[in-house]
Amino acid sequence: MKVDLNQVEEACRELYIRALKILPPDIKQGFERLDRSETDATGKAILGTMIKNIKVAEDMNNLLCQDTGIPIYTVVIGAGVDVDGYRLKQAVIKGCERATREHPLRSSVVHPVTRVNQHTSCGRAVPVINIDFTAQEETLSIEMIPKGSGSENNSWLKMAVPADGVDAIKTFVIDCVLDAGGKTCPPTIVGVGVGGTADLCVHLSKVAATRPLGSKCDDPEGAKLETELTQAVNQLGVGPQGLGGDSTAFAVHVETAATHITMNPVAVNMQCHSARRARATFTPAGLTYGF
Amino acid sequence: MAHYDFNMPVTEEQIRKLRVNDTVTLNGTLYGIRDATYIHMFDRGRKVKFDMRGHAVIHTAPNVRWVGETQAAPSGYAPICIGTTTSARMERFTRPLMEQYGVRITIGKGGLGQGSLEAFRDLGGVYLAVVGGAAALETTWVEQIEDVDLDDLNPESLWKFRVKGFGPLLVSMDSHGGSLYTQVNRSARDKRAAALASLGVKI
Repeated sequence: MKVDLNQVEEACRELYIRALKILPPDIKQGFERLDRSETDATGKAILGTMIKNIKVAEDMNNLLCQDTGIPIYTVVIGAGVDVDGYRLKQAVIKGCERATREHPLRSSVVHPVTRVNQHTSCGRAVPVINIDFTAQEETLSIEMIPKGSGSENNSWLKMAVPADGVDAIKTFVIDCVLDAGGKTCPPTIVGVGVGGTADLCVHLSKVAATRPLGSKCDDPEGAKLETELTQAVNQLGVGPQGLGGDSTAFAVHVETAATHITMNPVAVNMQCHSARRARATFTPAGLTYGF
Repeated sequence: MAHYDFNMPVTEEQIRKLRVNDTVTLNGTLYGIRDATYIHMFDRGRKVKFDMRGHAVIHTAPNVRWVGETQAAPSGYAPICIGTTTSARMERFTRPLMEQYGVRITIGKGGLGQGSLEAFRDLGGVYLAVVGGAAALETTWVEQIEDVDLDDLNPESLWKFRVKGFGPLLVSMDSHGGSLYTQVNRSARDKRAAALASLGVKI
């Protein structure tokens, strides 16, 4: 399958806008679940406002949240896909830039030292473009995530040591949730990276935070931690917006990687309740949009 | 738990009546402000053209469209999506904003810290919580972008919005030392040991 790069550019433009406007069905279901179980009056009222906002955004074709985030595109290239990698990256950047100018969207991206905003949502090494490969034949998928800063500003890495054991991982997650309070726009998806190198551990925490609700870590040890930690963080009573209640997190997601004999790293990254993402899939049958 | 409708600006007396868990709806003028706006006003000494005495600010940087100055869009900007950002980053500016500009209400999400709570007590101010991430809904409460200052910082300009039925917003920090964030945080920390025990962690 040969990929048309003009179509990739067009899709990357469309994906940014779609992600900002339509919340994935698994997140909507997550809201319904929390709304049913929330026992705190303030928490329940806040969840109600969030649910109403999802409908207002769809009815008015508007953005769910003002924060257009840092744009992240994850491209997964299947077997038998013929694509020029360099030009593919250029097409992603162009699509991101066009979405910002043409919609228009607030460009939330500045140079880290001068703080100059190019008003394109782009800059040095941004959009973040992750590229991976899959055995799936004749398929190229692009997932777009606008990562909001309220949640991203609360990111942590701890290089624990083997003697600290798995207790260090569990304690760290609880303390990060306490530390975040309402700043991450709860209810959140708490993403936890376990193992790897420092940078891989942080990356895994982001992968975990942006995974669909209902998905499980494919490492049984990670999946076990997910169940235990989801229950534990929701005992804390931080609640929606940090104003109290049962609904602190939709879920805790964990991703794991092998690590060094001397290391025990753990990272936490959170996704806010506006857990936005959109996906475009290219196959020989054409281009389809989803989540 | 009382509800108040405010036509902006307000007096110190009106603010002192508010207690945590009350709700407030605003009408009239509302100023949009955030990180870069504060930094330029207080760290770089830039003056602003608005009289903000008795007014409210909201922590925001909106999505706007340039439409050119018309009667319907006197600032030249039409709103697309106006929401709220996390307030905690701007903690150190609460007191100077109140002392130098006479602002009485800060609207945001996630709450402010002890320094702000003291400023609210000393100077007569409150923090009102809006639901973060509910920006599509919030935008329906904004009638117009009337004016803008420090627009070289766009989107972090100082925005002057005209709002109608902006709320209900929750009084989550008042001028009597009350803070729902402190209450919730203390209660959550009290539950830490039980949460760790449920995970089999030995403390």
